[in-house]
Amino acid sequence: MDFGPYLMLAMLEGAVLAAVLALMASGLSLVFGVMRVVNVAHGEFYMLGAVMAWVVTQFMAGLGGGAAVNFIAAAVLAPLIVGTIAAAADITILKRLDYDPERVIVATIGVLYIIQQASLMGYGPDAKPVIAPFNSRIALPWFEFGEEGFQIYFPWGLSTTSYKLFVIVAAVVLLFALRLFMTRSRAGLIMRATQLDGEMATAFGIPVERVYAIVFGAGAALAALAGVLIVPIQQAHYLMGGDALLLSFIVVIIGGLGSLAGTVVAAVIIGMSDGIISVFFTPTLAKIIATLAVALVLVFRPQGLFGVKSR
Amino acid sequence: MLKIEGLTAGYGQAVILRDVALTAEAGEITVLMGRNGAGKTTLMKSIMGLVKAQSGRICLGETDLAQLPPHKVPGSGVGYVPQGRRLFSELTVAQNIEIGLGAGPKDPASRRETRDEMLELFPRLAERMNQRAGTLSGGEQQMLATARALCLKPQLLLLDEPTEGLQPSMIEAIRQVMLQMRDRGLAVLLVEQRIDAVLDFADRVSVLEMGRNAEDFTRAEIAPGEARLRAHLGV
Repeated sequence: MDFGPYLMLAMLEGAVLAAVLALMASGLSLVFGVMRVVNVAHGEFYMLGAVMAWVVTQFMAGLGGGAAVNFIAAAVLAPLIVGTIAAAADITILKRLDYDPERVIVATIGVLYIIQQASLMGYGPDAKPVIAPFNSRIALPWFEFGEEGFQIYFPWGLSTTSYKLFVIVAAVVLLFALRLFMTRSRAGLIMRATQLDGEMATAFGIPVERVYAIVFGAGAALAALAGVLIVPIQQAHYLMGGDALLLSFIVVIIGGLGSLAGTVVAAVIIGMSDGIISVFFTPTLAKIIATLAVALVLVFRPQGLFGVKSR
Repeated sequence: MLKIEGLTAGYGQAVILRDVALTAEAGEITVLMGRNGAGKTTLMKSIMGLVKAQSGRICLGETDLAQLPPHKVPGSGVGYVPQGRRLFSELTVAQNIEIGLGAGPKDPASRRETRDEMLELFPRLAERMNQRAGTLSGGEQQMLATARALCLKPQLLLLDEPTEGLQPSMIEAIRQVMLQMRDRGLAVLLVEQRIDAVLDFADRVSVLEMGRNAEDFTRAEIAPGEARLRAHLGV
């Protein structure tokens, strides 16, 4: 395959990663933005989403459901279950720590290991697949200027699947919905008020601790949804949260902690570059460059691309 | 209306208020005075439940506010205009008012009516509904902070140095609103440093020193006691 089609293929792979990463990192960014705490267990909520997707689809398959119905059930139930677990963790652990940023980091490291090891015990050490609701191969066109002028043709090997395109579209729709929710709904307004000044929010009747529990649950549910979307492509494994957490941190630091717009832009940059570098060179080099980018951002623009400089 | 008895409160191990008593009646302006660090803002925050009372009672009518979770206090009829205004600066004027309405009347018609009433009281805000609160002038921010608190339809209005850093025309506008609220039967509790303001409209003055009650003045006692008042404040 020529360089052009090859690059397009790499960019498509990158776009899928960017889509999933944007969803997951938005959850992390939402939690930090509103609660000002860093959730180290966020990757495990992503893993739990993928594992729950497998559990739900297995259960539904036992009832005789088709692949599409099973997947829809997983996409609805897995984020709900994971969100509820996260909200419970918030109420039982983080609230008791008064949302102290340092202690929350240590506590969520604990939550990370509890979820990871509980998954190992309950789900097992093997990677398990979830069948995509649809997965037809789509040949992609390319163009060239030959002797006969401009020509469109379908190079061998330049293709993607309908499911991968669905992941990209679904992430865009979900992120757009999240933005609308935050900027246009009353619940979003309450979350933003809490983010800006928790004490004043309380002075105007907002139950801040309940808002925190909902936000922590919603952040985890976004990660879980990302896990559900990726699992037909990548399989569910109890250790899959580690890399995802690292990439999410890279994204939110580059984008600016707490900035949803910055998170999405950074997810596209990191996802696309990861896809392209992985295809042309090696995935390890992609991670090295992404981590280097974080170091440079921290040195030259610590607030991130879209973050507000703290006074 | 508001009756505080034996209030001891502070931050963590640090006790700021010790055995404080205070009364604020409906249709009156009670002014809380004291030097910096006397505990005036802490007292305001204690009433709002933002600083936990270690002992004592903060009764608004029959309700002991000290026993309520902090987010239930505004719904009991307490509007708070904090020192420095503390608006939700990234939100618009309309959204700040919307937050204020959240703990106020529940039915949509009453909410609309309250919102219109606020815009009538502060017409300048009506022209800036879609402007971010952080970009307003100091006087406009104070108007918005006051409107936001009045959206709750409070029985008790707490104002912590509302005229601090404002130009005279704005100070007068805020004064007029306070007098209007007093005439409507609200209990107004005001933290104020300006003696002339106190001589002008205070119905009661309560002076705090080092977190304790120092001296109280009724309306009749304020003018004759001006020298003692100045001595308390060191001016």
